[in-house]
Amino acid sequence: MSRHSLCGSFCFELLATLLRGFCTVKNFKFTRQHLLFSLMLVAVLLLPFVTDALLGRGWVRIVDFAMLYIMLALGLNIVVGYAGLLDLGYIAFFAVGAYCYALTGSPHLALAFPMLFPDGLHLSFWLVVPLAALLAGGFGVLLGAPTLRLRGDYLAIVTLGFGEIIRIFMNNLNAPVNLTNGPQGISRIDPISVAGVSLNATQDVFGITLPSVHLYFYLFLGFAALVVFVSHRLEKSRIGRAWMAIREDEIAAASMGINTRNLKLLAFAMGAMFGGVSGTLFAGFQGFVSPESFSLMESIMVLCMVVLGGMGNIYGVILGGLLLALLPEILRHSVVPLQQALFGKTLIDPESLRMLLFGTALIVVMLYRPAGLWPSRVRRRELESDETTV
Amino acid sequence: MEIFLQQIINGLVQGSVYALVALGYTMVYGILGLINFAHGEVVMVGAMLVLSALTAMLGLGVPPLLALPVSLLLAMAGCMLLGYGIERVAYRPLRHAPRLAPLITAIGVSIVLQNLAMMIWGREYHAFPQLINNQPHHIGGAIINDIQIIIVIMAVMIMTGLMAVVHRTRLGRAMRAVAENQHAAQLMGVDINRVISITFMLGSALAAIAGLMVSANYGLAHYYMGFMLGLKAFTAAVLGGIGNLRGAMLGGLLLGLIESLGAGYIGDLTGGFLGSQYQDVFAFFVLIAVLVLRPSGLLGERLAERA
Repeated sequence: MSRHSLCGSFCFELLATLLRGFCTVKNFKFTRQHLLFSLMLVAVLLLPFVTDALLGRGWVRIVDFAMLYIMLALGLNIVVGYAGLLDLGYIAFFAVGAYCYALTGSPHLALAFPMLFPDGLHLSFWLVVPLAALLAGGFGVLLGAPTLRLRGDYLAIVTLGFGEIIRIFMNNLNAPVNLTNGPQGISRIDPISVAGVSLNATQDVFGITLPSVHLYFYLFLGFAALVVFVSHRLEKSRIGRAWMAIREDEIAAASMGINTRNLKLLAFAMGAMFGGVSGTLFAGFQGFVSPESFSLMESIMVLCMVVLGGMGNIYGVILGGLLLALLPEILRHSVVPLQQALFGKTLIDPESLRMLLFGTALIVVMLYRPAGLWPSRVRRRELESDETTV
Repeated sequence: MEIFLQQIINGLVQGSVYALVALGYTMVYGILGLINFAHGEVVMVGAMLVLSALTAMLGLGVPPLLALPVSLLLAMAGCMLLGYGIERVAYRPLRHAPRLAPLITAIGVSIVLQNLAMMIWGREYHAFPQLINNQPHHIGGAIINDIQIIIVIMAVMIMTGLMAVVHRTRLGRAMRAVAENQHAAQLMGVDINRVISITFMLGSALAAIAGLMVSANYGLAHYYMGFMLGLKAFTAAVLGGIGNLRGAMLGGLLLGLIESLGAGYIGDLTGGFLGSQYQDVFAFFVLIAVLVLRPSGLLGERLAERA
């Protein structure tokens, strides 16, 4: 079979898989599961209001960031959780997406190419999203192609190097042409607008006043739901099962007729696309990007979310993302009052105490739940039967 | 030519340090098949311990040439204890867990160590006291100073010593046996827990020495110094073929040379487009190129696809 027809068949497979999800609506019956689902939906929809009322507006912002992290973790879950490819440079794709929107959605390009773009290129966010997804996906293939032959830890170090290369370029591409503005980063990025309504200002929808952070929450929720949906459909599809076969035993998978090369590349590309799209959301939400946000520590953090939550299980990964995004913030707000209550004054530097507790939490959780907080059913079975799993 | 020689010298010095740290990674990997991500932080703790002991002793009026070896021994002992503790707490309970679980605990350990160090030693840079009159020597236009000479000589001695331990002693044979096949080694009467503990302690002692070297060479120590160093050393270990001692040494030296030559010549190579700030990019590109051509490192043996 030629390469073209293979790619075509993958695309077809992908489309068919996604469409089948909609078709299941035909024989619909309202069960307890649906009730539970509706209740959860209502709870999530009310979340920003409840958070706002109980904890204050700053926390809604934190929840927004947690949603971004969940999307990232779900994207990485495709690469690490399904296909079993250890990626330590995942944040690079997030960076590609973020810079993609930062460049095309801010006045910055006027600095780099004053002749071409006298006041920058202010592309619509909705135009940039597919562009960023394509670009990030391209970078994913770029990373995947030379690393196809590498085993676990060798792959880890190459992806780590790739992430660092991207970050160093972003840090230094302010000369000879000021493309990324170096360590200062790019600011004044256009806010995202939906159907002509800017999300950067308080809006009234059906008589309900929605502040900017609430609007972004719903936008992120929509994107996260899409990511969950795609992940879910992928997991049960031929592609997903092929990925898991590769994860368990690449040689056996190849001898069963699975095209391991294309499927590994597809895993890299799909994961990277999710990362890229989250990046554009991040840039629009923050209004500012700088290389600092895309350090190796961030890649490691997202990996921790996937592994700690439960690799390969969507709900586990969501739980991991939520916990690890919120835990540092909860600690940030609790270590000072806690010390005040215990000793009467702040004895230990709160910032390092916070990270100390965070590190300890990582260790303790992994010691007691080595397969993650909420492992997938398949993996739990494997763990019970066999001790040497990936 | 002078620049070339100078960059070679700098590369050798930096490479010796990388090699020592890389040995720690590779020994643990060889035996457990695990990336000990916390190893870079052990180097940092080693440097900080040497510095604290040294400052304390110099304050008491101990002559510098006595204080230095004593504080190095203290730091090595401290790091060995630390290495032992890390293995006991974070890795041993997870020996049969999924492969990524110990990776996460390793990251946890390294976050904990970094922040503990920040609490104990603060955020500031600590100056390393000048103990010897650091004489510069001129060789064909390039400069090498005493500390750099000592670093290279010490590194060579330690590596020869380590090779002797691994290849000539009972302990070394036990280590190689455990690396080859844990279960078989256990059946032959090797106490694998003891061997693994000793491996961690050996690696940590090397880390303490490397910590001293780095801080003496740059005259600085900092709670954050372990992160980047650990990363580079891990890269070096992979470059040489992880799990292989000679590979770690070769990888360390090569990475040091690649980095310093890259820093010196990348501007000329790219016609001035990329400056020396891209030296890490250069190093990683070389790494990727090597791994594409030899997927298991320079000296790594071809392992079966599933380890």
